[in-house]
Amino acid sequence: MSLVSRFSPVAVAAACVLVVPLAALDGEPGLHDPSTVNVENGKYYVYATGRGLPISISDDGWTWRRAGSVMQAVAGGKPGPEVIARGGNNTWAPDLMRIGGQYFLYYSAPGTQPKSAIGLLVGKTLNPESPDYKWEDAGPVVWSDGVEDSNAIDPGVFRDPTSGRLWLTYGSYFGYIRLVELNPTTGKRLHPDRQPANIAINSEASIMIFRDGWYYLLVTHGSCCQGANSSYNIRMGRAKKVTGPFLDNMGIDMLQGGGKLFLGSGGRLVGAGHFGLLDLGDGVQKFSCHFEADLDRGGVSVLEIRPLLWRDGWPVAGENVKAGTYAIESARTGTALELAVQGIPVGGPRGRGGRGGAAAPGAAPPPPPAPIPPQEASQVSANWPAGAVAARMAAYMVQAQQQWAITPVANAGGYPGSPFFRITIAGTDRTLAATEDRELIVLPAFTGAPEQLWRIDQLADGTYRLMPKAVPNSQEPLALSAIGSSMPTLARFNPDSDRQRWNIRTP
Amino acid sequence: MNRACRGIVPLVLIAALSHAAPAAQGTDAGGFIQRWLLLEPIRVPGQLTESAVRTAVENDFPVTAAPLPHDGQTLTVGDSELTWHMVETVNYNVNLYHFAYALNRPTSNVLFWAVTVVNAPRRMSGVRLAIGSNAASVWWVNGQEATALYNDRQTVIDDGVSKRLTLNQGANVIRAAIVNAGGATDFCARFLDEQDRPITTLSATVAVR
Repeated sequence: MSLVSRFSPVAVAAACVLVVPLAALDGEPGLHDPSTVNVENGKYYVYATGRGLPISISDDGWTWRRAGSVMQAVAGGKPGPEVIARGGNNTWAPDLMRIGGQYFLYYSAPGTQPKSAIGLLVGKTLNPESPDYKWEDAGPVVWSDGVEDSNAIDPGVFRDPTSGRLWLTYGSYFGYIRLVELNPTTGKRLHPDRQPANIAINSEASIMIFRDGWYYLLVTHGSCCQGANSSYNIRMGRAKKVTGPFLDNMGIDMLQGGGKLFLGSGGRLVGAGHFGLLDLGDGVQKFSCHFEADLDRGGVSVLEIRPLLWRDGWPVAGENVKAGTYAIESARTGTALELAVQGIPVGGPRGRGGRGGAAAPGAAPPPPPAPIPPQEASQVSANWPAGAVAARMAAYMVQAQQQWAITPVANAGGYPGSPFFRITIAGTDRTLAATEDRELIVLPAFTGAPEQLWRIDQLADGTYRLMPKAVPNSQEPLALSAIGSSMPTLARFNPDSDRQRWNIRTP
Repeated sequence: MNRACRGIVPLVLIAALSHAAPAAQGTDAGGFIQRWLLLEPIRVPGQLTESAVRTAVENDFPVTAAPLPHDGQTLTVGDSELTWHMVETVNYNVNLYHFAYALNRPTSNVLFWAVTVVNAPRRMSGVRLAIGSNAASVWWVNGQEATALYNDRQTVIDDGVSKRLTLNQGANVIRAAIVNAGGATDFCARFLDEQDRPITTLSATVAVR
């Protein structure tokens, strides 16, 4: 968040989102400057800018609700006196991480920027209903005096998986993005006498992630807090050392303003900022951010969760699945999921198509062949069995029994970033479902039963994992799996195999 | 000699040898079943759609309901007297084209029947029959249809895979009907375990005279 202002728009956004129709995440996703999404006992928690650091909770990562503020659980209900003395009495842009048995929650406490401080709160649980729930003020961690080239807001916590060392990045436009090392036991600075390292400039909302030997610094460029006029966009560089130098894809140091674009505006959402990694395990990664303006919600700022992909050594912002008609193709076999009925060639049986070419000398050129229209289920389904039909896989031939409508289901819950979907043969109500023997069937109609609801996660390589919400008589999470070229089944997801990876293509 | 199916050229020799109890396991390191009884081909229209294959399999000769054949057994189908032959392939697949060609039988527009007995060292649940065939085929395990493939296709390992099923301890009868329209024709078959790995502890036997 920039120096411009983050006060009134946020309050307005928080007030408006309660009544705005839903478009992206469900429930109450209105917030600004979200923390990294944390998961505790299956619930998802996000903290944001606002009075007392507002809390958002979700049972599934899709439907969110407001749940008071952090400062309600802090003695005095506001930043501690040392934090206020170093910075001010505002509460913005937190980030947090669980280390051992405790959470370290860092938050911005600006006064008149760039005089600001980052305070630390320590707690044992995120669940406000737990008897152990409370946050202890641990004082300021870093601060800026209002003159130095630093604006100590927007903390981002990072634990180096190679060493276990804990780091904090912070800063906002005035001067540098800075890096200090933290004590994993106390959450405070490990070496308070050392000068922080400068690692980027002209940005804010910094945070670091690590993958395959590279440290990635993600920051936000552009202006915030102006609704659809916000140019907020997430950019990144990478380094071989946690202290940098962080270079972008063109080799420009982020200390000199470099930064490869990760995510900007798109669709009905304007101004992306405040990246956070949500690692769900099994190689499934998501990221969170906020958009400054959701045009479908009157332009309020909203939380967003999307797939995180990787390509050529860089993170790539994936897209949550959108409603549409698709071919579902196995990454293992290249064959496509289909209703097990006899296919009919598009356009009906016919011989080899014409080869074109010039007309005979003196002869009039033949008329161009008429286009063959797409095959609709209604044209070819007269002989399809009326009841349940097996699912199988076959070479994709653009036929009706191979085209699946993927449709979000309202009020059925979801998973981080998306609602559950139903998967039906396009133009019909024939529904893909899990069976109690851990196989697949295509039922004649959708009833909303959990075995007919599908979770579709985009994986790091851009393929998808499809999982039924539930498998009858089973507690085991299972994914759509290509057991052979022609046979789909359900099996436990193996991130090291193509068996459960699927391409979802426009037919 | 075709290396893919050593039972082809020296069929008589193989048949003679088969009177002795085979020592080999009848399956290879990849779990592929190499020992089969093959019936000389039956002429069929050679259409490969599901309905056409069903008609050929169910109407022309209901092998699935017949007693287990033995090597050298003959039977009459229409005007033809056909013989069951024991073969052992040295490859993962059984080459039906060379089988029929060596016997001076048609290779196109035909239906082949294949039978074997897979012996399991213990009861095995959650396993799958995994087959490939050129062209269409229907498969049964212990009398229950397990998987089927239709339309013109080449043999691909683990193309058609059954749902999870249970093998009895001891003998399990595998039957297959393969319909070919024209050109090459072959098949392969093995079982996969719960983790989709080939089962290599099975043996295959066939009845001899």
